[in-house]
Amino acid sequence: MIPTAFDYLAPSTVDDAVRVLADAGEDAKVIAGGQSLVPVLRMRLAAPTTLVDLGRIAELRGIRDDGDALVIGAMTTHHDVRRDPLVATHTALLRAATDTVADPQVRHRGTFGGALAHADPAGDLLAPALALEAEMVVCGMDGRRAVAARDFFVDYFTTALRPDEILVEVRVPKHTGWGAHYEKFSRVAQAWSIVAVAAAVQAEDGVITQARVGLTNMSSVPVRAHAVEDALVGRPATVESIRAAAELAAEGTRPAGDGNADVAYRQHLARVLTTRALVTAVGA
Amino acid sequence: MTATVEPEVGRARTRKEDARLITGRTRWTDNITLPGLLHLVFVRSPAAHAKITAIDTDEARRMPGVIAVFTGRDLADVQGSLPCAWPITPDMKAPPAPPLAVDQVNFAGEAVAVVVARSRAEAVDAVAAIDIDYDDLPVVLDLAAAAADSDLVHPDLGTNRSATWVFDSADAGTGGDVAAAIADAEVLIERTYRQQRLIPAFMEPRSVVVDPTGEQLTMWSATQVPHILRLMLALTTGTPEHKIRVIAPDVGGGFGGKLQVTPEEVLAMVIAQRLGKPVKWTETRSESLVSAHHGRDQIQKLTLAARRDGTVTGLKVELLADMGAYLRLVTPGVPILGAFMFNAIYKFPAYHFSCTNVFTTKTPTDAYRGAGRPEATFAIERLMDELAAELGRDPIEVRAQNWIRHDEFPFTTVCGLEYDTGNYEAATARAKELFDYDGLRAEQRERRERGDVVQLGIGTSTFTEMCGLAPSRVLGSLSYGAGGWEHAAIRMLPSGKVEVVTGSSAHGQGHETAWSQIVADQLGVPFEDIEVLHGDTQSSPKGLDTYGSRSLTVGAMAVLKAGEKVIAKARRVAAHQLECAEGDLEFAGGRFTVRGTEKSTGITDVALAVFAAHDLPDGVEPSLDSEATFDPENFSFPHGTHLCAVEVDTETGFVKIRKYACVDDVGTVVNPLIVDGQVHGGLAQGLAQALYEEAVHDESGTLTTGTLADYLVPSAVDLPHFDTDRTVTPSTTNQLGAKGVGEAGTIASTPAVVNAVVDAVRHLGVTDVPMPCTPMRVWAAINHRSADSGLGTEAGGGLGSLDTSGGAV
Ligand SMILES: Cc1cc2nc3c(=O)[nH]c(=O)nc-3n(C[C@H](O)[C@H](O)[C@H](O)COP(=O)(O)OP(=O)(O)OC[C@H]3O[C@@H](n4cnc5c(N)ncnc54)[C@H](O)[C@@H]3O)c2cc1C
Repeated sequence: MIPTAFDYLAPSTVDDAVRVLADAGEDAKVIAGGQSLVPVLRMRLAAPTTLVDLGRIAELRGIRDDGDALVIGAMTTHHDVRRDPLVATHTALLRAATDTVADPQVRHRGTFGGALAHADPAGDLLAPALALEAEMVVCGMDGRRAVAARDFFVDYFTTALRPDEILVEVRVPKHTGWGAHYEKFSRVAQAWSIVAVAAAVQAEDGVITQARVGLTNMSSVPVRAHAVEDALVGRPATVESIRAAAELAAEGTRPAGDGNADVAYRQHLARVLTTRALVTAVGA
Repeated sequence: MTATVEPEVGRARTRKEDARLITGRTRWTDNITLPGLLHLVFVRSPAAHAKITAIDTDEARRMPGVIAVFTGRDLADVQGSLPCAWPITPDMKAPPAPPLAVDQVNFAGEAVAVVVARSRAEAVDAVAAIDIDYDDLPVVLDLAAAAADSDLVHPDLGTNRSATWVFDSADAGTGGDVAAAIADAEVLIERTYRQQRLIPAFMEPRSVVVDPTGEQLTMWSATQVPHILRLMLALTTGTPEHKIRVIAPDVGGGFGGKLQVTPEEVLAMVIAQRLGKPVKWTETRSESLVSAHHGRDQIQKLTLAARRDGTVTGLKVELLADMGAYLRLVTPGVPILGAFMFNAIYKFPAYHFSCTNVFTTKTPTDAYRGAGRPEATFAIERLMDELAAELGRDPIEVRAQNWIRHDEFPFTTVCGLEYDTGNYEAATARAKELFDYDGLRAEQRERRERGDVVQLGIGTSTFTEMCGLAPSRVLGSLSYGAGGWEHAAIRMLPSGKVEVVTGSSAHGQGHETAWSQIVADQLGVPFEDIEVLHGDTQSSPKGLDTYGSRSLTVGAMAVLKAGEKVIAKARRVAAHQLECAEGDLEFAGGRFTVRGTEKSTGITDVALAVFAAHDLPDGVEPSLDSEATFDPENFSFPHGTHLCAVEVDTETGFVKIRKYACVDDVGTVVNPLIVDGQVHGGLAQGLAQALYEEAVHDESGTLTTGTLADYLVPSAVDLPHFDTDRTVTPSTTNQLGAKGVGEAGTIASTPAVVNAVVDAVRHLGVTDVPMPCTPMRVWAAINHRSADSGLGTEAGGGLGSLDTSGGAV
């Protein structure tokens, strides 16, 4: 209900942010939109002694075209991602997934970077980032480095970010002209995904040339359904071939069970939703 | 000229209270602040059942801003035991219910200690510094196991069974013998249904402020029942009743959840008295979900006997009802409010009801919208669909064969209740029309034949309820601790304005608007000139508050009676002024007119003359103000027919409501907008029970649905458009002709939805889906898997995976 006492710092550059974060030590935490962190603080599940607010750092906000990729600043809100024409054109999957996040209030405060850094396996933006082979640009006292999405998500709520590092921006390779769909399954509109499937497909002359399928909430981290992708390439973009490939969707997944879905049901949903996501993506 | 032209009653006025309620610019309890106010924060037990072996508060006491820390032991001699006003049987077992646990905790979330500090933040910090040792006792969670006394919640009672309450129509002389009906039955439908535990989830969290510094102690509380609360505080704490004033300022919803005398209210009072300082407590949402009383939670074993031709011949109902760890204000009586409603609108010749109330180590249950009647309606309406399925007949047709026809009213039921009026045929016919029943049945057949992934199901529910609580003598016969009357007063101000005082304490229902409409018509004064005063034991000194769809049928009746007295007094003065006999005066549109002449005077003119008192008839006191107390002679019996079509995705189990149509008969309608609002809100809550909401505990007794991320309250996006309409069969038990509407939507909708879900997949071998009909449960039913098997304990992600057990922080 009320967090423990903390110091509040609001640097205005990335370098300052990294420095104050390093100075503050282990018990410092970055706050972006606060949509995930504030509940955690209020329930006192975390008690950082310093909060470093990234909200004043202009360079962390915005979306730019960088040749073969879009670069999305970590502090870009879900609302801005949704509205951005570049995102709609080149990374339609991300646009589709962002549409399903929470409600307007949350989307106006919550950020793309915050959602990825929070690494909730039920979060809707992790699987698209993974499927689109995004690259996280992070910055710490030792400078900047790029981390591939597949290496970034380590475990439940755990990423490859070191304590003194912040996520600066995300490079999302363009998938211009790909069919895309995010199929989210939840019990009520504003809830997290029980399971969701992110699908992007490239087809030529009715034949699938490339496919990317990412699964939400099917393991402690987002997972790629490689078996499905492999089974699709070279196949006709039809419901039949999709259905056959989607049978492989749950392979290698290790979902948790909870009151909304036990393990077998989650795996079943993964197969059904993969079919639906792909069918919509290719327009079959 | 003050006469209103168009009658106010029946007008769809927007509510006069809405602007302030919606913007929050008003007096919610938590908005109230006083000089020197101290803040309370509670330490709550994380254990569901344990002995308290040690509490170390030393560090907390030394923390900044902390004024005091109290444990149950510290307050044991002053805190008393929380009241239960409904001892349903003479031998009912009730454990002591200390507001703050003393030696033992009996549910996770029970208050164990309280910190008083200068700020809420400091109190929260100090709570974290309190160290409590618990010695775990075996938890008692499963209702059936609890009833078998495997482990005891309260060992001193020697059993978990609090009481068994029985009604038998043969014994009562109101009907035949069920055992015989069952023995002779050509068709027997035997089912067991579970009413899952629900959480009222009112919008405004509970909050209480106590100022002990005046001659009268003042308590502001987000309560539905300021009058009951005042009396109970006096009885519980020993503070004389006349030294207590209770104010329920604007209250943001209750749904029965604020029909309570809470541990926190009693503790805030005794702590304020002990410290001599004003205190405030406002709960967090998590605290509310775990510690405010829950609702429903029954296992219903049902046997319906019928003939092959579809005529019902008997009904036997055996309930286990979960009390939780303690008996709160009306906990034991909630299932009993359903006892007379299982037979519903049908002509059962024989009926037997028994209910055993059982303790578990869970949050206490108590009233929740409908209280007993939704449970009863669910049971009978599910059974009627099962009977129709068994006979291969249309479910509406089977109902019609058995319901009371409109020409059979007044009708005395197998429970001995007299239903005054109703027209089930008319409501059902209109509902079918609104719904396009035949069209949807055709689509259902078509989808079935096609083997569509999405199957359509149609669910029916009719309902009636006994509401307008309640004739005092009936409450007496049920051993309830109070009467069922309501009080009102009308004050005629010299400037022509009118104050209406009501004992019925609104908490979102719109009394201020509705009462103003009624009085505007009765006294012929403009709507805007009327102020409705309620919710303060000083300004509205007498009342029994708001619950059980009683406000209009009982509370507004008291207003009308007071109005009649005002008119009678004014008539005497008017006759004096107009120099005629009282009998020569006609009163209409706010004016007394001498019959057959143009001579007249307005009631507000009379009010001014009475205020001046210069020229009153001999023996007339200079006041038109009047009060009245109304005790209804009978309940009111609204009814309705609800039809729901759902689309069930057979691959995922997801249920989508395709169409919802309902026709309710709530008698005379004072304000159609308010009625629609009550119906819509009620439907949302009833649908939520069918599809979304459930309070779930893990094997240690921790509430795992302890945040609104897990306890799924649907939003507008999740709910369909509602096609609503009304038939109007005025009640003959009150002069307004009104019946209650507060609970209608909640009562009728739950079975309509579940019937629709089952109907969609019955051809796949499904005869039931437990509530809430989650996608997994529907999918499991279709695939004949056990519904809740193989749950892992790992987090599934999302905010819901956060550990939110106990604790106020
Ligand atoms: C009611 C509600 C419903 C929601 N529903 C959904 C949903 O349906 N789907 C969904 O995907 N999400 C949902 N969310 C979560 C939402 O998307 C959050 O916005 C997001 O998870 C976190 O973003 P944020 O900017 O608010 O991050 P914060 O809450 O500020 O931070 C989250 C975590 O990330 C860290 N962090 C943030 N930014 C950085 C950075 N640049 N570098 C390093 N670390 C950083 C913080 O230290 C913290 O640990 C919901 C949230 C709410 C409140």
